[in-house]
Amino acid sequence: MSEVFDNSRAAGAGTGSMGAAVAAFPPHMLMMEEATRDGVPTFWVSRGQIRAVLQAVKAGGALRMLLDLTCVDERQRIHRDGLPASDFTVIYHIQSFDGPIDEVRFKVPLAADDANIASITDIWPNSNWLEREAWDLFGVVFEGHPHLSRILTPPTWVGHPLRKDHYARATERPPYTLSEDQVFDEQEALRFDPESWGMKRHSDNSDFMFLNLGPNHPSVHGVFRVVLQLEGEFIVDAVPDIGFHHRGAEKMAERQTWHSYIPYTDRIDYVGGVMNNFPYVMGVEKLAGITVPPRAQLIRIMLAEFFRISSHLVFYGTMVQDLGQLSPVFYIFTDRERVFEIIEKICGFRMHPAFFRIGGVAMDLPEGWDGEVRAFLDYLPKRLDEYNELVMKNPIFKARTKGVGVYNTEEAIDWGVTGPGLRATGLEWDYRRKAPYSGYDQIDFDIPTAVNGDCYDRAAVHIEEIRQSLRIIRYCLDNMPGGPYKAEHPLAVPPPKPRTMHDIETLIHHFVGVSWGPVIPQGEVRSCIEATKGLNQYYLVSDGGSMSYRTRIRTPSFIHLQQLPMLSRGTMIADLIAIIGSIDFVMADVDR
Amino acid sequence: MMSIIWPILVIVVTVFGVLGVAAVSTMLERRLLGVFQDRPGPNRVGPFGLFQVIADAMKMLFKQDWIPPFADKPVFLIAPIIGFLAVLLCFGVVPITPIWSVAGNLNVGLLFIFGMLGLGVYSVVLAGWSSNNKYALLGGMRAAAQMISYEVFMGLSVMGVVMAAGSFSIRDIVDAQTNCWFIIPQFLGAVIFFLAGVAETHRLPFDFPEGENEIGAGFHTEYSGMKFGMFYLAEYAGVALSSALVTTLYLGGWHGPLLPPFLWFAIKVFLLICFYILLRAALPRPRYDQLMSFGWKVLLPLSLLNILVTGAVVLLRAGV
Repeated sequence: MSEVFDNSRAAGAGTGSMGAAVAAFPPHMLMMEEATRDGVPTFWVSRGQIRAVLQAVKAGGALRMLLDLTCVDERQRIHRDGLPASDFTVIYHIQSFDGPIDEVRFKVPLAADDANIASITDIWPNSNWLEREAWDLFGVVFEGHPHLSRILTPPTWVGHPLRKDHYARATERPPYTLSEDQVFDEQEALRFDPESWGMKRHSDNSDFMFLNLGPNHPSVHGVFRVVLQLEGEFIVDAVPDIGFHHRGAEKMAERQTWHSYIPYTDRIDYVGGVMNNFPYVMGVEKLAGITVPPRAQLIRIMLAEFFRISSHLVFYGTMVQDLGQLSPVFYIFTDRERVFEIIEKICGFRMHPAFFRIGGVAMDLPEGWDGEVRAFLDYLPKRLDEYNELVMKNPIFKARTKGVGVYNTEEAIDWGVTGPGLRATGLEWDYRRKAPYSGYDQIDFDIPTAVNGDCYDRAAVHIEEIRQSLRIIRYCLDNMPGGPYKAEHPLAVPPPKPRTMHDIETLIHHFVGVSWGPVIPQGEVRSCIEATKGLNQYYLVSDGGSMSYRTRIRTPSFIHLQQLPMLSRGTMIADLIAIIGSIDFVMADVDR
Repeated sequence: MMSIIWPILVIVVTVFGVLGVAAVSTMLERRLLGVFQDRPGPNRVGPFGLFQVIADAMKMLFKQDWIPPFADKPVFLIAPIIGFLAVLLCFGVVPITPIWSVAGNLNVGLLFIFGMLGLGVYSVVLAGWSSNNKYALLGGMRAAAQMISYEVFMGLSVMGVVMAAGSFSIRDIVDAQTNCWFIIPQFLGAVIFFLAGVAETHRLPFDFPEGENEIGAGFHTEYSGMKFGMFYLAEYAGVALSSALVTTLYLGGWHGPLLPPFLWFAIKVFLLICFYILLRAALPRPRYDQLMSFGWKVLLPLSLLNILVTGAVVLLRAGV
């Protein structure tokens, strides 16, 4: 139990890994290799070579996914000795889903007055939205992109918000006014123009109808708009429009202390609760070199699994509700209430407890926690059996979901699909198993998979995951170790109070740690977990300050939503609703 | 004198009775859904929330009567009225008890009902068309296809009863069930008729014209106030009508031991309305094209088979 669990050990340039293969590329393709705190092999590549390098990486093996594509504005960074000169660095993160975890990262330096780079949408289709995002937020132009337009900010926005010279707070601006003309302009800017998306208004024998589904629609799970090109009720094409829920979470991270950003992460995937704290605090801990005590690790796992159950229950209830079955959502939300009761007794909050801390958790488990948890473990499986009869065995439900929204493993990898959506295609891949973090390797659980990759299978995988989460919670219940719930580390907890009055060093550390927040050593790290909906990865860059220099949040919902047009072409509106329900996304998680 | 006052009294009481039943059904539905879904339902207004009906009616009456500027105004206005009247008129030929019916003896009673239901389709289609809204249009299109096709099966399924009773008069049909309810010899027809009734009243699981998860509120997306209220009442009056028809055609109408005829009729209708509500609570919605192919590929052959078998039996009996 005293073993230190670290999710970086699987990475690194072992023989046969992607990193080793890249290091063996001809020297003209690579500029240099950088050592990062997380051990992911990181290579600097010039922009003239990046397409060739990425093509070679993709061709080098099966199931290689563009896990993330993002950018860092380096213009105000202090600590970057020995690295190529760069104003904007575009970062590509590739991960292999073939066997054990294997990752590689590429960085491309760009100058501010010439921030251009070639698009890779033809290599990995899921780079489409990621490149649009990088253009929207950083102003990096991706040449050859099919539709490089704003994605998270409104089409009328001026500037690129994640640039360091863009203001972060409304108070840095004159008071906001909205004239009638502006209202009109903003509305006009939202008018859909089919030609700009390469769509025709007529086919040979009919006119298409362009239906604006959302942003206020009962079945789009939040503020999500998708414009449908319809022929009768059949969907010819679909254009998702997101960003209505964008609140600049990544920008906020740059003006919050490492510690005070934790509650913001709760609200990224707002049905995931502490699951969002998990990758963030693990990333900060890795930067600071903090080792989390075993009790805190298991408390984290237990709470994260409770939130997985809660999130999957919401998925189950709302998906069934989308298909017109009104009752199960009420039963299921009653169960979710039981989850929240337990979470509230442990954390003091229900949906967004922000319970994780750098180095541990906020407080110890309350007395008598195990009784409540045990009762719940006995309660939920029976209810799940009932829903199985009511929903999963219902012939109408089957008719609506089987064979609808099908994709196979290769397509899933191409589109960046992870989590239950990937496992439903038959690939047994779970981050908790392939790169165990926080002590998941001591726990025995199965990875549920399905075969067909359709809406029904995605639902089935979710439900089986609830049962597996119950198993994990039972393990935590039976094996909860004693000991501290927080690391004794100067960056995690204030110095012991009795000593602060005796020596000046302790007093100063206490003062600085409490008033500024901890100063995290410079470096960069990625921290990834198997979140409720797929892989949730935080990429943290510290410049040796009390605040993050750059926080990149790779959320599964953003990536997954992008495949909606592919899945919905040729289906009917009712199928689209089933597909939306089965993808399991949260708009706050999409827009951040 | 009595010969004039009595029919008028019957008409007035029946109309208000139907309206009352429709209004109370809205309440019944919400409370029953509450029971089915582990929640209280509306229970704040009056004892057991009974005055909720009145509160809802007041709200609808006093809401702003809004007609969207882009709508086709005359058609937009007339659409809910057509639907509402068509359902009300149907009740005219339903015999409630041996002595209480507006025109239960009408010799083409059933045909009259099918005529009126045919008119009812116009209500939904016109509402969807005149709203000049894409969701409403989709709802109207779905309604046209769904209701017209289900009218076919409805008409065919009930032919078995007509043949067995030898009359189109609903009064005669009820009388023919004195000894044996038609649900026993005509079980297949009863099931098809009930399913078609659900589709005709576009209730879950067949609520495609308004399927809220897919097309917002469908054909009545743009309606509000009393005009929406008319659609709403027409829907519940339609549920009551469908239940009343199943009762009279298959469940022996007012026939039953001990209790007075009216009570028997009321009990049967009440139970059927509850069943409608249970259906709504229990089932998901199939896809629109699945419903259509189910109708044409399953219900149509079955109702034809039903006619064939019934006809053969009737002929055999007549031959003896």
